Amino acid sequence: MSIARFWRATPQRYNLGASKCTVCQQVYFPPRTVCPNCTHHRESIGKMQPLQLSGDGEVISYTIVHDAAEGFEMQVPYVLALVRTDEGPVLTGAVVDVSPSEVTIGLRVRATFRKLREEGKAGVIHYGYKFAPRETAPAPGAPPTG
Amino acid sequence: MDAGVVSYGAYVPKYRIAPTEIGSVWGADGAAMGQGLYIVQKSVPSPDEDTITISTEALRQALQRGRIDPQSIGALYVGSESHPYAVKPTATIVAQAVGATPHLTAADFEFACKAGTAAIQTCLGLVGARMIDLGVAIGTDTSQGAPGDALEYSASAGGAAFVIGRTGVIARIHHTVSYTTDTPDFWRREGQRYPSHSGRFTGEPAYFKHVTECAHHLMEVAKTTPASYQHVVFHQPNGKFPQRVGKQLGFTDDQMRYGLVTPFIGNTYSGAALIGLANVLDHADPGERILMVGYGSGAGSDAFDIETTPELKRFDRALGPSVESHLHGGTFLNYAVYAKFRGKIHMGGT
Repeated sequence: MSIARFWRATPQRYNLGASKCTVCQQVYFPPRTVCPNCTHHRESIGKMQPLQLSGDGEVISYTIVHDAAEGFEMQVPYVLALVRTDEGPVLTGAVVDVSPSEVTIGLRVRATFRKLREEGKAGVIHYGYKFAPRETAPAPGAPPTG
Repeated sequence: MDAGVVSYGAYVPKYRIAPTEIGSVWGADGAAMGQGLYIVQKSVPSPDEDTITISTEALRQALQRGRIDPQSIGALYVGSESHPYAVKPTATIVAQAVGATPHLTAADFEFACKAGTAAIQTCLGLVGARMIDLGVAIGTDTSQGAPGDALEYSASAGGAAFVIGRTGVIARIHHTVSYTTDTPDFWRREGQRYPSHSGRFTGEPAYFKHVTECAHHLMEVAKTTPASYQHVVFHQPNGKFPQRVGKQLGFTDDQMRYGLVTPFIGNTYSGAALIGLANVLDHADPGERILMVGYGSGAGSDAFDIETTPELKRFDRALGPSVESHLHGGTFLNYAVYAKFRGKIHMGGT
């Protein structure tokens, strides 16, 4: 992917920048400028609001990748999932910090910021969202569990 | 000084490796090495984690915990000796990833293990001079030790972010002083993959000299004694050095109880003292005094006289994961997977 093409998607990849139709309340990721859901599309022009997804969601389907694309060899086996975000849009992303055998449909996840790929050793490094299981971390002051 | 910590966050990767596993590969007594260094286990970053991702996670936690609008950040500095790019700032990517761009100043700091504390001092200056309302200082590393080297038993990954401001201060920084000399105890030349160090020389003339001199100077300026503090945090390249320097200075084990985290996560370099401070703030009550002394090879120390405020009662620490949650558990790796994760396996080609 060219640097310019990736750079243009930075608001989405870094910050889950979406848009919401204020006519029908539908949320879109990546963001749209017109709502295809509204019967009269023109009604939504100027009524689409920017919205940042919370990053919270649930795995609705997944696959375990053993034969990785170039640049991902060091991470196999890894989980690629469809995650339905709490705001509605379904995102494709890797699920990290979990053994593939522990991933299930319905697993609650949160977005995390990770390295997506490198353009070789001398090229640019691309960053963006992946998903990790939601922590059940104890609050500060709670006794250690381990 | 009317400025201090407004919020904080810390992040440590999930994976761990034990000294016995490292020692078994190199024909060394890993258990003895771990005991000598007081390292029970160390953290290992995933192949998709680096100083930028760890800094971002730590800062996102800090912003969430302090309910801070990222657009109110006027400066963002990331201290590290493992910035992913030699030329291209870590700080701009972190700033963009938390939504703090574009109206802020940002830069990367490097001073071995004390780049994060240097960033706090810079933020204090800008906030104190009222040039900005909020500044962010981050200390993060994904440090590496050469295979088989003593450093490999301790060099780990993690980071912490501190938001410095004048209002809503949960921990006021009363004083800060530094102690700096040209001492070649540890270095990495441009283009070199692993750092070099001068063995035992990293101890007495380097770490111990700078930390004790800086701590003494701070207590002189602040008119305090070790008994004035409920908590103390030192830079912690291993578990033993901070315990020894604490005793030399007259601090008790109880004062170091929360500030010493390296035995469970390893040496996070620029993140080490700052994660210790985050753990202290996780446990402290209002009105408690904290002494923190960072150390960076090359060499220098930054010391801070800090006191928690009544604002800590209103601050919702539970909005972010505790440091304690990073200290225990984790997924243990064998050396082969660890070597793959850390890029120590040559895959062929150029």
